[in-house]
Amino acid sequence: MRKLALRDDILMHVEKPARYIGGEVNSVMKDKKQIDVRFAMCFPDVYEIGMSHLGIQILYSMFNSWDDVWCERVYSPWTDLDQIMRREKIALFGLESQDPIRDMDFLGITLQYEMCYTNILQILDLAQIPVLAKDRDASMPVVIGGGPCSYNPEPIADFFDLFYIGEGETQYRPLLDWYLENRKKGGSRLDFLKGAAKIPGIYVPQFYEEVYHEDGTVKERRKLYDQAPDTILKEIVMDVSHTHYPDKPVVPFIKVTQDRVVLEIQRGCIRGCRFCQAGQLYRPVRERDVDMLKTYAAKMLANTGHEEISLSSLSSSDYSQLNELLDFLIEDCDRKHINISLPSLRIDAFSLDVMSKVQDVKKSSLTFAPEAGSQRLRDVINKGLTEEVILKGAALAFEGGWTRVKLYFMLGLPTETAEDIRGIGELSNKIAATFFDTVPKEKRVNGRVQIVTSTSFFIPKPFTPFQWAPMCTKEEFLDKAHQTRQGIMEQLNQKSIKYNWHEADVSVLEGVFARGDRRVGQAILTAYTRGCMFDSWSESFHNDVWLESFADCGLDIGFYTTRERADDEIFPWDFIDCGVTRQFLLREWQKAQEGTTSPNCRNKCQGCGARRFGGGVCYEEGNEET
Amino acid sequence: MKIRMKFAKYGSIKFIGHLDMMRFFQKAIRRSGIDIRYSEGFSPHQIMSFAAPLGVGIESLGEYLDIEVNTLTSTAEMVSALNDTMVEGVQILDACILPDTVKNAMASVAAASYQIHLKEGDFPIPDFAEKLSDFYAQEQIPYTKETKKSILEMDLKQGIYNMQVKETQVLTDIMSAVAAVLITNPDEKRLSLPCIQMTVDASSSGNIKPTVVFEKFCEFAGCKIPSSRIQVTRLETYTNLAKEGEVRRLVPLLSMI
Repeated sequence: MRKLALRDDILMHVEKPARYIGGEVNSVMKDKKQIDVRFAMCFPDVYEIGMSHLGIQILYSMFNSWDDVWCERVYSPWTDLDQIMRREKIALFGLESQDPIRDMDFLGITLQYEMCYTNILQILDLAQIPVLAKDRDASMPVVIGGGPCSYNPEPIADFFDLFYIGEGETQYRPLLDWYLENRKKGGSRLDFLKGAAKIPGIYVPQFYEEVYHEDGTVKERRKLYDQAPDTILKEIVMDVSHTHYPDKPVVPFIKVTQDRVVLEIQRGCIRGCRFCQAGQLYRPVRERDVDMLKTYAAKMLANTGHEEISLSSLSSSDYSQLNELLDFLIEDCDRKHINISLPSLRIDAFSLDVMSKVQDVKKSSLTFAPEAGSQRLRDVINKGLTEEVILKGAALAFEGGWTRVKLYFMLGLPTETAEDIRGIGELSNKIAATFFDTVPKEKRVNGRVQIVTSTSFFIPKPFTPFQWAPMCTKEEFLDKAHQTRQGIMEQLNQKSIKYNWHEADVSVLEGVFARGDRRVGQAILTAYTRGCMFDSWSESFHNDVWLESFADCGLDIGFYTTRERADDEIFPWDFIDCGVTRQFLLREWQKAQEGTTSPNCRNKCQGCGARRFGGGVCYEEGNEET
Repeated sequence: MKIRMKFAKYGSIKFIGHLDMMRFFQKAIRRSGIDIRYSEGFSPHQIMSFAAPLGVGIESLGEYLDIEVNTLTSTAEMVSALNDTMVEGVQILDACILPDTVKNAMASVAAASYQIHLKEGDFPIPDFAEKLSDFYAQEQIPYTKETKKSILEMDLKQGIYNMQVKETQVLTDIMSAVAAVLITNPDEKRLSLPCIQMTVDASSSGNIKPTVVFEKFCEFAGCKIPSSRIQVTRLETYTNLAKEGEVRRLVPLLSMI
């Protein structure tokens, strides 16, 4: 029987002790004596969020498929346990073995959103590992970062020994083999890092330094180890049908955010929305073979006992075998009383037909993401969704019995005017009007229609055409939210429209981290030492502490957010090559400012640069490079 | 066809709450391939009912749940299929087919027996067994029950059907089927240390918490033992076969059939 790291009285005292005990169905136990490498895989947020992440399930399953490796999971202890662990000096542990992370060979931390940065420091601190890479000795685990935020690793570069840039399936085995070889040779930690720097996709931040102009922008990157590469090309799996995928995902005891089987049907997106970072980072689109998906769906449902399966991708409607896959799932799942969840589907006759088969129409709501209120601004952001399509989809949905619609918009997009903002209220109103036009009085099930309009604040991200764009200030954001609300209040059907918006403080900070340079790390460390943690949870977000921390580090938030960047400015993330070229992004930025759209990857290749990976949508029939 | 199952819950699983245990079993039943019956309607759910919810932190060797199935090869095969998909700390001990006339598990519960032992060491109470028997020999054991809505004066004695200090030899006999389960940590030698056993009312109307009885006993014995030092284990859940007016006749939920 496993001995838990935490005493009974501690577990009885904290909220949801099941977060810390491990032992879930399909969690992997191994004999320590048979293991050469121990890897702690961390999602730096609370268990329920971390357990919902597909990437870790893939890597966990891949690592544990290797006989010489034991991969365990670790998540951020919630604030209640955090206090106890600090007070009693309990070292952070892996859920499976309940052994201290400090004693393992690697600590891999996935970076899914910028607002988890202080949680990285919490993890290191509780694990009793020095937070700065330079302070770690040979006895400490090698701390690796990966995931979308590692495409601009500079703000957190000082905390990591290395970053793995790109998809995890390809280079972990070579990295671990080098680790074992170096250990056998009696090589030092530095020897390991030097060798690691030569493995494709691996970035070792301590081998570089950033040099700045007087105005604060990056002048150049200087190498401190001459054999470190100049640029790091992202790692990518080209054949996603013959690669590792979990068939036995871990099944949590407690309800987590994604409490279902997740079937990743494809990677990448053909759409090219100009605000979207994922749409650029994961190019080119690579589809998984439909037979592989059918096999894995059946296996994963049988091995987990989950009552729901969800398709995962950036735009499921673009998956070419969607009909066949859905026919299979609908038949198979209906027999087994399993629900199908279909996020990211375009609303049209086909998807509505499918959804009416798998969901309770009366209870579910439909989601549209126009992102901008006017056609002009939708053209700027290259969101290929027209008002006509939205209203037609809404009319079809209302005929089908749906009465609830969710709309997502962004405020603060480049070139946005008051008119664009008014468009949000007008579009919401037109959808409500469509309901009253489409559904005769006697057929209105709930008597009315519910439109929920939500806005988020636009944050420019690296490797998007908007990486040059200035971001709004907090005051501008809040003014825009106010205008949006005003605009909705003026509408005829305003009683059917509910408006939600977010706090602006967190967005501003996210903007700093997203496009920050290496100096930002100091402010993150300062804010952490002053108690900042779980910044993505509004109850634990302390904006005043952050503002003070930036000021005390001599850093100007506006420099990172509201400043307009010159076309030829060197960005802190320029040394990473995600496949999409800077020239392409700049072209798209110029087209955005002119309000010109670009066709999607299947309609006409835009020469983004991802074709060099030699596969995916770029090589589909009839797709020639421009 | 109705099936009743008996299971044990121990070790780190004691930290999994009742609702999560229900979810755990729903998923386990899907994994095991048991042909469970689903309710009608747009969102069908498995027909399943648990006997008596177990508090977080309490271990048990006598948990029960009822399910309905469409088809069944044998209860033995069902038990083994389920056990193949369990986690460490949950074990199906037995199962049998219920006659249609039997009330569901929850409605049948009349009493439960518990063991209370110290997680480490012996009870720091001089003349422990004697004190306990003096405590139980009291005519009344007054207790003030405070809920969110009201303060209720009640007599615990009415609901304590049996209470004694047990030596571990007796214990292992009772639990012979799952004795191994109990030895969570052999170094503790907990089997050779004495414990308290009690059978108390566990019906929906008069449920008594074993920890409350223990607190009252400590008060009586003039000692303070924080709840974090004790481990409570439910040993068995009983139904009452006696008719109205007859002397109570407690039998385990599985042997009532």
